[in-house]
Amino acid sequence: MVAIERGSLWVLAAAMALGLPGAALAGKANDTLVYASDSEPENISPYHNNVREGVIIARHAWETLVHRNPKTGAYEPYLATSWTWVDPVTLDLDLRKGVTFHDGSPFTADDVVFTFNYVLTPEAKVVTKQNVSWMASTEKLDDYKVRIKLKGPFPAALEYLAGPTPIFPAAYFKKVGLDGFAKAPVGTGPYRITSVDSGKGVKLEKSKTYWKGSPLGDVAIGKLEFRVIPDGDTRMAELMTGGVDWIWRVPTDQAKQLESVPNVTVLAAETMRVGFLQFDAIGRSDSNTPLKNEKVRQAISHAIDRKAMVDNLVRGGARVMNSACFIDQTGCTDEGVPRYAYDPAKAKALLAEAGYPNGFDIEFYAYRERDYAEAVIGYLRAVGIRAKLNYLKYGALRELNRAGKVPIYYQTWGSFSVGDASAFTGVWFKGDEDDMSRDASIKALLDKADTTIDLAERKKTYQEALSAIAAKAYLFPLFSYSTNYAFSSDLAFAAQPDEMPRFYAARWK
Amino acid sequence: MLLYILRRFGVALSVALTVSIVAFLLLHLSGDLALAIAGPEASPAQVEQVRIQYGLDKPLAVQYLDWLAGALHFDFGRSFYFRETVAALVAERMPVTMTLGAIALGLALLVAIPLGVVAAVNRGGWIDRAALVFCVLGQAIPTFWLGLTLILVFAVNLRWLPVSGNATWAHFVMPAIALGWYAVPAVMRLTRNGMLDVLASDYIRTARAKGLRWPTVLFKHALRNAVVPVVALAAVQFGFMLGGSIVVEAVFSMHGLGHLAWEAIGRKDFPVVQAIVLLLASIYIGLTFLADLINAWLDPRIRVA
Repeated sequence: MVAIERGSLWVLAAAMALGLPGAALAGKANDTLVYASDSEPENISPYHNNVREGVIIARHAWETLVHRNPKTGAYEPYLATSWTWVDPVTLDLDLRKGVTFHDGSPFTADDVVFTFNYVLTPEAKVVTKQNVSWMASTEKLDDYKVRIKLKGPFPAALEYLAGPTPIFPAAYFKKVGLDGFAKAPVGTGPYRITSVDSGKGVKLEKSKTYWKGSPLGDVAIGKLEFRVIPDGDTRMAELMTGGVDWIWRVPTDQAKQLESVPNVTVLAAETMRVGFLQFDAIGRSDSNTPLKNEKVRQAISHAIDRKAMVDNLVRGGARVMNSACFIDQTGCTDEGVPRYAYDPAKAKALLAEAGYPNGFDIEFYAYRERDYAEAVIGYLRAVGIRAKLNYLKYGALRELNRAGKVPIYYQTWGSFSVGDASAFTGVWFKGDEDDMSRDASIKALLDKADTTIDLAERKKTYQEALSAIAAKAYLFPLFSYSTNYAFSSDLAFAAQPDEMPRFYAARWK
Repeated sequence: MLLYILRRFGVALSVALTVSIVAFLLLHLSGDLALAIAGPEASPAQVEQVRIQYGLDKPLAVQYLDWLAGALHFDFGRSFYFRETVAALVAERMPVTMTLGAIALGLALLVAIPLGVVAAVNRGGWIDRAALVFCVLGQAIPTFWLGLTLILVFAVNLRWLPVSGNATWAHFVMPAIALGWYAVPAVMRLTRNGMLDVLASDYIRTARAKGLRWPTVLFKHALRNAVVPVVALAAVQFGFMLGGSIVVEAVFSMHGLGHLAWEAIGRKDFPVVQAIVLLLASIYIGLTFLADLINAWLDPRIRVA
């Protein structure tokens, strides 16, 4: 499929040369916003997938207790109307009355209690445990009041309640089970899911029963349709011909050319997603792996010219990252964190010191942006590390890594759009299955930082943890991502850095 | 004849069995299945429970027979990725691939047979040469490239056809051309050679000597005989097309078996891969068997060979 990616330039060039007839944009006429992406959630239940396409659907079809205003960052009432901290591990929330699920059943405390207690059970097999594992239990105080008990103090609780913790309808879910729910999901969100077709896509329709006064504002567009189109060129051709109205992650060189296509608007924006390299620092893949050696990991960190990659490959507002988190997240900082300047000579010297004067051969894994991964491999080769690229689908790579078979990989993390450092570090350094370094001292520091209420103290502890991660080069942060959105000029669409397209706020011009 | 049929059937059956063993082993080479099914955070006790529940504690040969018995009833277990049975997934996607294959084959025959006839009649002429060039191109052009070119011309520039998907008949036109293209050269050359042989034969000379009109001779007497091996070839080509649909379905984002296979491989969804491999192989083997029978029925010399 690589060759297909490369063929796209001339596709565009030829289209431009021949001139495009006026686009027949079916979207506006049918009041249906069709958006396309390459992957689909393995299960539409928001707790049972961790792809961005799943997050988008989750934020349109379900609601959370708290809403974070994307402009001000303030936490606003959503399904909960108010909340109070009884003590650092007890949060009481008053729930909104008069909200109904898409199946007509009323939203009550039972739904919150069921959802939060269900996702904590091992049988629920929640994919990203980090999102819910801070809760100990939830109990009903009355029909519209719940109490969440935390496992320990967790200052980022509201941030999580405003993100990856949507509320399910208890009665319906118990009746149909996860399998039935995945096929016919029900939520309280501004859009109702009307069909789920594996491999094909998802259709949503504006909910007629959506409550008045929601912080999401008035929903303008009548129908949404998510289409899975695996090939990037096909997605572009669909956009140019009006078959779809919105695409994203358009490679920068192609985005430049799309700008000159009439009726297509291109928008480049930084996202919270951070690209990084992670190493098998404890020798799970091979007890003799060179990556166990700190100097080797540091050498790799010195070998890669991140600035050049940002300027030439990523572009569009992306920034070099020096800490194992997204720099704008609460608690994330790179002040005082050891940095690795691009210095191939130093990289070679470090390799020689580590006992690899002639470099070594290594299996390298990646799952997206093949060109970025190839650039990294090129830099590694320049200092003598002969990395062989294995390009896999995300799910397959995750499974392989969890089985301890990956020596080094190019990974990215969008933190589920959660604006708190814990959403990044918690996944990669707290001893869970994705933690490749399993360093108890770092876990201890993060445990402390995650649960410290005092903000200054909390930030200081994160800085300590992030410094330790960087010093030992467990994870080499590369850069934040930018994404190129391209959409029909009939569409008024604004991008947010959390990589969460808000179609409920979009409208037709 | 009966002996011949039985022998061919025996061969087909043993090939099918071999494929089923390979497909079965494919699943088991992927690592500990019980671990994969139970999920990464399952406790050792849960993994053991899954192992017993799925019969993974039995000897491999027994497991194979169990799986084969299931496969014969179209029961391929559950997908690791989608929360559905493999049979349901395959049944849902099958019609798209079959329709695509049938249209592609139809188009290929519609182009290749007349072209073969014309080339044979004008042997050595410019039409024959042009047909030969066309043949070479057909064999050399990669399917995905042809697919993208068709999108560029007919969808982006001319706007005659939709780019991708499989919602209406119009969505099948370009994928069918891209898929059928590859079958054209083989069918054309077989038609051409068959026609050349037949046209040189005595009965054609007799027919012409009787004073029959040339088109009557050509179509009623010559083509009818020349096209027979083409029918057998077409059956085999259909099998090829089912395999080739993997690329075409990805380019045109059609939701058939090919697309499912492509995704399933990426996701290590082995039960799905396994089922599709076995299914496509069985269809292919069945078609080849059919082609053998047709050939034998038409040409008595094959029966004794």
